[in-house]
Amino acid sequence: MDLVTEITILVLAVFVGFEVISKVPTTLHTPLMSQTNAIHGIVLLGGLIVVGYADDFLGELIGFIAIVFGTINIVGGFMVTDRMLEMFGPKKKKPEPAAEAASPDAASDSTEAGS
Amino acid sequence: MSTAIAALAPDSSLVAILYIISFSLFIFGIKLGTHPTSARRGNGVAAIGMAIAVITTLLLEGIGNWAIIIVGILVGTIIGAVASKRVKMTEMPQMVALYNGLGGGAIALIAWSEYRHWVHLGDILGSDGLSVTVLEHYEGLSFVVSKATFVASASVPLEVMIPTLLAMVIGSISFWGSNVAFAKLQELIPGQPMGLPGQKIINGLLLALLIAGGAILAINNDVSDLNQTLFIGMLVIAALLGLGVVMPIGGADMPVVISLLNAFTGLSAAAAGIALDNTALIVAGTLVGSSGTILTLEMATAMNRSVANILFGGMGATAGGSGGGEQRPYRSMNAQDAAIQLAYADSVVIVPGYGLAVAQAQHTVKEMADELNKKGVTVNYAIHPVAGRMPGHMNVLLAEADVPYDQLKEMDEINPDLPQTDVCVVIGANDVVNPAAKTDESSPIYGMPIIEVEEAQQVLVLKRSMSTGFAGIDNDLFYKEGTAMVFGDAKGTVQDIVTELGNL
Repeated sequence: MDLVTEITILVLAVFVGFEVISKVPTTLHTPLMSQTNAIHGIVLLGGLIVVGYADDFLGELIGFIAIVFGTINIVGGFMVTDRMLEMFGPKKKKPEPAAEAASPDAASDSTEAGS
Repeated sequence: MSTAIAALAPDSSLVAILYIISFSLFIFGIKLGTHPTSARRGNGVAAIGMAIAVITTLLLEGIGNWAIIIVGILVGTIIGAVASKRVKMTEMPQMVALYNGLGGGAIALIAWSEYRHWVHLGDILGSDGLSVTVLEHYEGLSFVVSKATFVASASVPLEVMIPTLLAMVIGSISFWGSNVAFAKLQELIPGQPMGLPGQKIINGLLLALLIAGGAILAINNDVSDLNQTLFIGMLVIAALLGLGVVMPIGGADMPVVISLLNAFTGLSAAAAGIALDNTALIVAGTLVGSSGTILTLEMATAMNRSVANILFGGMGATAGGSGGGEQRPYRSMNAQDAAIQLAYADSVVIVPGYGLAVAQAQHTVKEMADELNKKGVTVNYAIHPVAGRMPGHMNVLLAEADVPYDQLKEMDEINPDLPQTDVCVVIGANDVVNPAAKTDESSPIYGMPIIEVEEAQQVLVLKRSMSTGFAGIDNDLFYKEGTAMVFGDAKGTVQDIVTELGNL
């Protein structure tokens, strides 16, 4: 691929990025940041590629650290984002059966909160 | 040679299509993230995109050293999974800072690997002359060599060299800067601004050295003139610059710094993508760069300061003058009186700040709101964009405590309602409710939009003591007629109020 094609892709991605991300509400800024954080863990691909042509100990060590860092970035990033978004998601599905069975207080709280 | 399992050619259409699917899923995932109910699905979609990208790459020809790859991915997965399960929601800013740093560090290391690879190639060419067989041997082995026209010029093309250098420099700055941010947030080092005298000049010199070094490396792109010592030197200088820029920044400016470092890591990933000819990396890196940039600008706007001013201004260092030191009278109140005042209000607005996160008081605050709801009091939360240590920090904490998100009001939404509000409860927030931002032109925070709690009928400020906030600025709000201070640890105080409310 030539440089011009790559720059074209990059510029288009800037516009797509600004368009999509500026619509994310303030409430979700922390998960957004955490998710995009996980996405830049994609540098793992670079680590996988360069370790393939490492031919001495230092090269292998550098590649290894890059792979570990990239994987932590991806796995940790997506998992922690999931944990956060679980709290934002529709609350009805999980807590309700438990709340109804265990504590009628919780149910009345939420109705009063709405008034 | 190598033991690739499927040996897809890196420039084949199949690989290109798989990468396109992968980055489309990233974009779609972020798009689903624009609504709280679909955001979790969006995160899953983006994670699938990532899995496709990683698997595709593992199937490429030239991928080898499987032991390293498998152990590396295993170790990374375990650390990442355990860390993300264990981290508390209040610690989210430092977690994000840490992951961000790891990404930046990985990029810098990848760039270094690339450079070493070229150096090695130069050594072979130096001993064998321009042997076509040697080049062919290399050509099947990696992207860079197949991209670089070594046969014709035996040099690294600038379109590969320059992105590699950028990835190295920005990645290293991001790694070290993020680690300092992490250490400050985790309180491993003091959160106050720290720096050498003349830090700005030192930073300027470091930047100049990086530019000069980069130019020298870029000009000497013939594989026989590569200079790995200079390359490593630049890694170190970039590290010093990362340290030098973030050390002098105080805790209150962290939302901007974290966003900016996030943008940096994204941009360096995009640069690495150009160097490695990898579209998934280019698009993903650019998306992250855009998101980081948008958040940085939004945070800076919310503080009415330019990004440059935050990075190089060192507010905490200059703000000592105001306040004077004369004691002014203020009113303090105990939890019981506070509870009575709240119970007889019609509407209460809670203004949370970083102190809420420090005290881990989010669940107790929700309990207090529930008690008030039972007594027929309307409770809302006013969230300042830069409250806490990262964008949206307060929203995450309150979501953890199951506060319905329609009760979380943004600053512009709640300000017009505040004059009709009976009681505002400020919990661990200071600068974001300081009226000096509107009235005192000499104040360092003058012009910053604030939550106008002084407009409310009564204000309760929950605070440990009368000490100034992170910006070191005295707050006129505390001395206003309608204001009462309730001293103590935020969680303990709110707990006491909850108990008292139960007794009423």
